[in-house]
Amino acid sequence: MARIDLVDLAHSYGGNDAPAESFALKPVTMTWRQGGAYALLGPSGCGKTTLLNLISGIVTPSRGKILFDGADITPLSTQKRNIAQVFQFPVIYDTMTVGQNLAFPLQNRGVPKAEVEARVRQIADLLDLTFYLDRKATRLTADAKQKISLGRGLVRSDVAAVLFDEPLTVIDPELKWQLRSKLKALHRELDLTMIYVTHDQTEALTFADTVVVMHDGRVVQSGTPAELFDKPAHTFVGYFIGSPGMNIVPAAVSGHEARVDGHIIGLHRNYGVLPAGAKIEIGVRPEFLHVAAPASGLLSAAIERIDDLGRVRFARVRVGDAKFSARVPPGFSVPDNMVGLVFDPAHVHVYADSRLVEGVA
Amino acid sequence: MDKTVNQKAWFLVLPVFAVVAFSAILPLMTVVNYSMQDTFGNNQFFWNGVGWFKELLDPSTDLGGRFLASLGRNLLFSAIILAIEVPLGIVVALSMPREGWTVAVCLVILALPLLIPWNVVGTIWQIFGRPDIGLLGYTLNSLGIDYNYVSNEFDAWATVIVMDVWHWTSLVALLCYAGLKSIPDAYYQAAQIDGASRWAVFKAIQLPKMNRVLLIAVLLRFMDSFMIYTEPFVVTGGGPGNSTTFVSIELVKIALGQFDLGKAAALSLVYNLIILIVCWIFYTVMTNAGTERPEKKGAA
Repeated sequence: MARIDLVDLAHSYGGNDAPAESFALKPVTMTWRQGGAYALLGPSGCGKTTLLNLISGIVTPSRGKILFDGADITPLSTQKRNIAQVFQFPVIYDTMTVGQNLAFPLQNRGVPKAEVEARVRQIADLLDLTFYLDRKATRLTADAKQKISLGRGLVRSDVAAVLFDEPLTVIDPELKWQLRSKLKALHRELDLTMIYVTHDQTEALTFADTVVVMHDGRVVQSGTPAELFDKPAHTFVGYFIGSPGMNIVPAAVSGHEARVDGHIIGLHRNYGVLPAGAKIEIGVRPEFLHVAAPASGLLSAAIERIDDLGRVRFARVRVGDAKFSARVPPGFSVPDNMVGLVFDPAHVHVYADSRLVEGVA
Repeated sequence: MDKTVNQKAWFLVLPVFAVVAFSAILPLMTVVNYSMQDTFGNNQFFWNGVGWFKELLDPSTDLGGRFLASLGRNLLFSAIILAIEVPLGIVVALSMPREGWTVAVCLVILALPLLIPWNVVGTIWQIFGRPDIGLLGYTLNSLGIDYNYVSNEFDAWATVIVMDVWHWTSLVALLCYAGLKSIPDAYYQAAQIDGASRWAVFKAIQLPKMNRVLLIAVLLRFMDSFMIYTEPFVVTGGGPGNSTTFVSIELVKIALGQFDLGKAAALSLVYNLIILIVCWIFYTVMTNAGTERPEKKGAA
C-alpha cells in the first residue's frame, strides 16, 4: 500500500536519444493516491500499457522516476517492487491446481503456510473459485482462468498497487459486468490501489474513481467520470468519451460569441482575445444540443439520418462542412430536410489547438 | 446416420495401399517367412516353426545368450543416452540467447553435428580417440590417464557415449529451444510479478510448456540410440570382446556374417516389436503426465 508518484516519467522503445515525438510515453508527472481506483483509458497504441509496465517494472523508463511513498524504486526489479499485475490473456501455471496457482505468489515470498491457506481461501471465496480449488487449472474455461489470474493479482495483501492490463478482453460480455462489479467490490473490501488499463470507456467509467485519459503518449486529462463528461480538457477526451462523442466544429470565437457558418451562438463565458493562429473550435455534447423546428434565431442544419438508440434518438445533421449529432426531444417529429439547432450555452466549450480554453465568467 | 458413400475414394487409396504393400508389407512378410525356417546353402529351406523365437528368449542357447546380452547392453546404452542428452539439451536450450544475431550463430553451430553422416562421425571419433595419433587419445594419455578404447571396456563405452552425446544433443536442444520460444512473454512477466525464482519459472512454466517437444525428443533419441549401429561399429567394431556389441551389430553378424537368415529374421522381428512397445509406453506415459494426476513432478 503506497502512494505512487511519477516524476517526469517518459519512455521510448528506441532508447533515450530517440526524437521526442517518437516516445511511446511522453514525460508525465502525476500522483496516484493510496487506495484509489484508477483507470487508464485510451485507444490502442496510446501508451497506456507502457505506463503500466513502467510502474510494474517490466519496462525500465528512459527518463524520470517512480516513487512509492516517496522512495525512489525506479532501478528496482519487478520482484522487489511489490506490485501485482494481471495481464490481458490468462496466465496459468499448467501443472498446478487452482489453489496452488493462487498460493504461488505468496509461497515465493515465504509467507507462512497457515497464512497462505487463509488468504487463498478468502480470495477464492471472493472470486467464486472455492469449488475449483483442488482442480487442475489447465482444463478450465477462459474466464475461469482469467479469474485465477485476477486472484493471483489480489492474493498478496501487502502490494503497493494491483495493475490490470485490459483483463476482461477474453471474457464474455455477460460475465464482464459481473467481474467488473466484483472488482469494484474487491477494491472496497481489500483497500488496494488499483490501476486498470482499458480502451473501453464503459469499463473505465464504471470501475474507476479517477479516469486518466491518454492519447498519443500523453496524459490529456485526469478526473472523475463526471468531469470528463462535463468538461473535457482536450477535444480527444470529448469525442473519445461519450456515445456519440462530442461535437467539435471549427468556429470563430470572440467575447461571448461563437460564429459557426455565419450564425452566432451565445456563450456563457467571455473568451476575450484568443491566441492568434491557433485552431479554434467549439465543442458541445450531443446531450446539450437538440433539434427543433427551423426558426429564424436558430442555426439551420440539413438532416442526414436519425440514430434510434431506443431510449433516445440522435439526429446526424450537417451545417456547411461541419457535422453535428444532436438529441431529438421526445415526441418531436423530425422534418425531412432542415431543422434548427438549439445549443445549451452553459455546455458549449471553446478549444484552442485542441485544448480547453477557460473563459471568464 | 446418412454417410455419403463414395466408392471413388478407393481409387485414391488404392495406389497408397499398393505402394505400402510393396515397400513395407511384402518385405516384412518375407522376414516373417524366414523367421519360421532354417536356411542352408543352395537356397534350401527347412521349416522350423517358432523354434528360433524359443531360442531367442532362452539365455542358455547361443542365439538367446547373444541376443539377451546385447539387448541388455542396448537398454543400458539408451538409458544413459537419454539421461545425459535430455537434461543437457534442456540446459543448452535454456542458455541460448532469445534474440539478436547470436541466435543464428548458435543455431548453425548446433545444427552442424546433425548434418554429419553417421559413419563420418564414427570415423572422426575413431581417429580422435586413438592414443597414438588422435588428439583426444594422445592428450588423455599424456595427462597420465590410461585411455584406450580398443582394449578397455569402460573407455570403449565412454567413447561411444560421448560420441553420441556430441552427435545428438543438438537435436534435443533445438527441439527444446523451439518449445521455449513458443512461450508467450506474458508468462515470464507474470512469473516476475509473482516473485518466482529461476527454478520456479523452470518448473512451473518452461518444463510444462516443453512437455510436447520433450516427448518427441525422448522418442527420437530412444529409437535412434536403440537402433544404433554405424558409429560403434566404426569406432569399436563391437569390442573389446563383445562389450559394445549392440543388438543391431549382433543382428548384422548373424544375418550377413553367419548367413543365418532364419535366426536373424526372428531377431529383427523381436527387435522391432521391442522398439514399438517401448515407444508406445513412453508416448502413453508422457502424454498422460500432468493431465490426469493432480501432481506430477518433472517430465523427463
